[in-house]
Amino acid sequence: MTTGTIPSDPILSVERLSVDFQIAGEWTPAVKDVSFSVAKGEVVALVGESGSGKSVSSMSVLGLLAPNARRHDSIRFGGTEMLGLGEEALRAIRGRRIAMIFQEPMTALNPVYTIGEQIIEAIQCHEPVPAAEARARTLELLKKVGIPEPERRIHSYPHQLSGGQRQRAMIAMAISGSPEVIIADEPTTALDVTVQAEILELLRRLREDLGSAVVIITHDMGVVADLADRVVVMRQGEVVEEAPVARLFSEPRHEYTRKLLAAVPRQEPGGHAEPDAATTGAGGGATLRVADLEVEYPGRLGRKGFKAVHGVSFTIGKGRVLGLVGESGSGKSTIGRAMVGLVRASAGTIEICGQDVTSLRPKELRGLRRKYSMVFQDPGSSLNPRLSIGDSIAAPMIVNRYADRRAVHERVLNLLDQVELPTSWADRFPHELSGGQRQRVGIARALALDPELLIADEPTSALDVSVQATVLRLFQELQDRLGFSCLFISHDLGVVELLSHDVAVLQHGRLVESGPARDVLRDPRTEYTRRLIAAAPVPDPVEQAERRRLWRETAR
Amino acid sequence: MRRFLVRRFTQAIVQLLLVGSIVFFLARLIPGDPARAALGEAATEEQVALTRAAMHLDEPFLGQFFGFWVRLLQGDLGTSLISGRAVMQDLPSRLGNSLELVLLALAVSLVAGIALGRVAATRADKPSDHVLVAGSIFGISLPVFVVGTLLLLVFAVLIPILPPRRFASPLDDPVAHLQILVLPVVTLAAASCAVITRMTRAAMLETLNADYVRTARAKGLVEKRVIKRHALRTAMLPVVSMTTVELTTLIGSTVLVETIFGWPGMSSLLMNAVGQRDYPVIQAVVLAAATIVILVNLVGDLVVRALDPRAEDN
Repeated sequence: MTTGTIPSDPILSVERLSVDFQIAGEWTPAVKDVSFSVAKGEVVALVGESGSGKSVSSMSVLGLLAPNARRHDSIRFGGTEMLGLGEEALRAIRGRRIAMIFQEPMTALNPVYTIGEQIIEAIQCHEPVPAAEARARTLELLKKVGIPEPERRIHSYPHQLSGGQRQRAMIAMAISGSPEVIIADEPTTALDVTVQAEILELLRRLREDLGSAVVIITHDMGVVADLADRVVVMRQGEVVEEAPVARLFSEPRHEYTRKLLAAVPRQEPGGHAEPDAATTGAGGGATLRVADLEVEYPGRLGRKGFKAVHGVSFTIGKGRVLGLVGESGSGKSTIGRAMVGLVRASAGTIEICGQDVTSLRPKELRGLRRKYSMVFQDPGSSLNPRLSIGDSIAAPMIVNRYADRRAVHERVLNLLDQVELPTSWADRFPHELSGGQRQRVGIARALALDPELLIADEPTSALDVSVQATVLRLFQELQDRLGFSCLFISHDLGVVELLSHDVAVLQHGRLVESGPARDVLRDPRTEYTRRLIAAAPVPDPVEQAERRRLWRETAR
Repeated sequence: MRRFLVRRFTQAIVQLLLVGSIVFFLARLIPGDPARAALGEAATEEQVALTRAAMHLDEPFLGQFFGFWVRLLQGDLGTSLISGRAVMQDLPSRLGNSLELVLLALAVSLVAGIALGRVAATRADKPSDHVLVAGSIFGISLPVFVVGTLLLLVFAVLIPILPPRRFASPLDDPVAHLQILVLPVVTLAAASCAVITRMTRAAMLETLNADYVRTARAKGLVEKRVIKRHALRTAMLPVVSMTTVELTTLIGSTVLVETIFGWPGMSSLLMNAVGQRDYPVIQAVVLAAATIVILVNLVGDLVVRALDPRAEDN
């Protein structure tokens, strides 16, 4: 147990908190002996990977855990013991004195009420304010969190707002009672980097304006470096280290913290080793050549369709990795989907190994299909739960009549070995594997037919950082060894820089910049790329402070 | 919203036109001469000719079709071949009696089903939930005629607290009318109440775990309000759309219920007409039933639309 620097007058202090869940009659511990505290005006970050108990700890404060949970020892809030507090007393604190901001505002806001109704409800459940006054206050709150046209937006339903605006509405609701403590559970995880930067900026401003204490739960070391004063690192339900933010990053004491920091993909000088000019075949032997690609999603009868991709062109040479980056809605996934034929290109060509897939007949396409494959984002849902992982990996070989059963089986074992999974696992099922292991299976399946081109759509964004790091390393090794070309779609610039030789930046379906990764990411030519890079927080408080300054300037 | 209303109402009107046309062709699709089929082999040529004239079968085809629509819009559904009375003389009161039964049963099953479903969901896996789930399985699996007959046996014969099959008009004797309503309404409501209970329970179990319900709690709302305003309200969306489907089942079940309880509704009218090949009456009843189903679906869609703001932008 590390007892770090406890502030002199903590407003909220969690002392030796343990939380157990009753599962099938057994008490299973989720949080063990966790202590931390936060003082007025301070930002404390709870950091850890999924399953570390950081969310459970924060939910415990307001008693928001499922009924099968048991908490003990102590959570003290300004002299009040929160554990064992009666329903009515607890209610008086919830929302009014301690407020929460949740991760995914699309599901955390009720879809059938306008944001105005939901904020007004939050105001009125604590004090009997007349409707007109509650409305006026709501307008003020919306203005405060930076929602444009509050008079109009107060009548908007959550689905009518963008992700960033939804999260702003969520924050407006949280600060409606001027809470003394704000607990933010992964408040920016579902958002784009540029939006994330804005939300973090807003949280920082609110802390200054309201003087609230903030507990932020996150897995993103960049967010920690950006916002936190003090950091509590958790692993498997226990606190492993607690330190002021500067010290945590400069001299992490616990081995796990060091591992966590090392796992974050960073934009470092050096980057990816340039492959030999001879093997890249910059001129003739392009594996993928996309020219003037346009994709339009058809509109409803009599309505205009939505054009997701406007005249995009790029090439990937043999053995090269192209990182396709952009915010959500920029069309990067649509391009990947167009390549494998999940959506139709409305204009332009996609040449894979010299053949244009947009004009091939289905039968000809089948022959070509073995030359490229796809790794999907969420390995949890892209593997058939009823197939053993061996069968999943074998599926493309069987469909394409690759070889006889024996050879296929041998190939499966070989592939498992290549992705560093025990060959004895071929009979296991996806639910027996962790997220990282499942994604290894996804990669093995994609490599089954020895493709020349791999399309990877955010393959690691569903994974924890340390898992992501190992999967990325594996991916890089495989790419070096097997020499396939790759279109790597990602929103994470750190990941892209680590893996890609070239980078293409998309905005609103248009290619705004492309070139060698080092040039684009070190010395961006367009304003948009500059903003995108400045918005991504880096896990270094000093460098991040500088970046934030830079971002503020570019955001003007 | 306006686009939706225009589209949905147009859809309903097209459906009504289709139903009307199908009903028109129904009588003409009978092999041979419908008038002859209705009257039987023993009828004389004059009788058949008279009937043909009454059914407008002697006019040219297009004339028949347009005449049918013109008369329909004027509220003329023809004349019964058996009683010689205008169909419109009997149909409204029969239709009213049936609708009374169906709508009351629907109201009862909605109120009871949603309340019971809410209890079951908020006490999931507790004894009261188990009882409700088991009870709803009974409600769903017992056929209407079994429930009806049992209720009749128990409450009218063994413990005679409710009157058996003796219809009293609500105008003549309101109290007796209400008394006689109880058993058929309960019989009819049993199954749909069970379905709605299960639907509400399932939908609420999902919404109770939703993130926005946690948000509502974190705001400091009273638990009762969290359940009612946040969990129950959103759970109503699937329940309402299921209910419109359930209502058509209800209309089907009334045929049995009306027979068991001697209720003078549409079903006895229909059954007599079918038995006696009284085509104008059959046509009228089919038309009325189909119209009700179309209108119910329209109302159901409008309600779902009003409850779910997300539907607007799709």
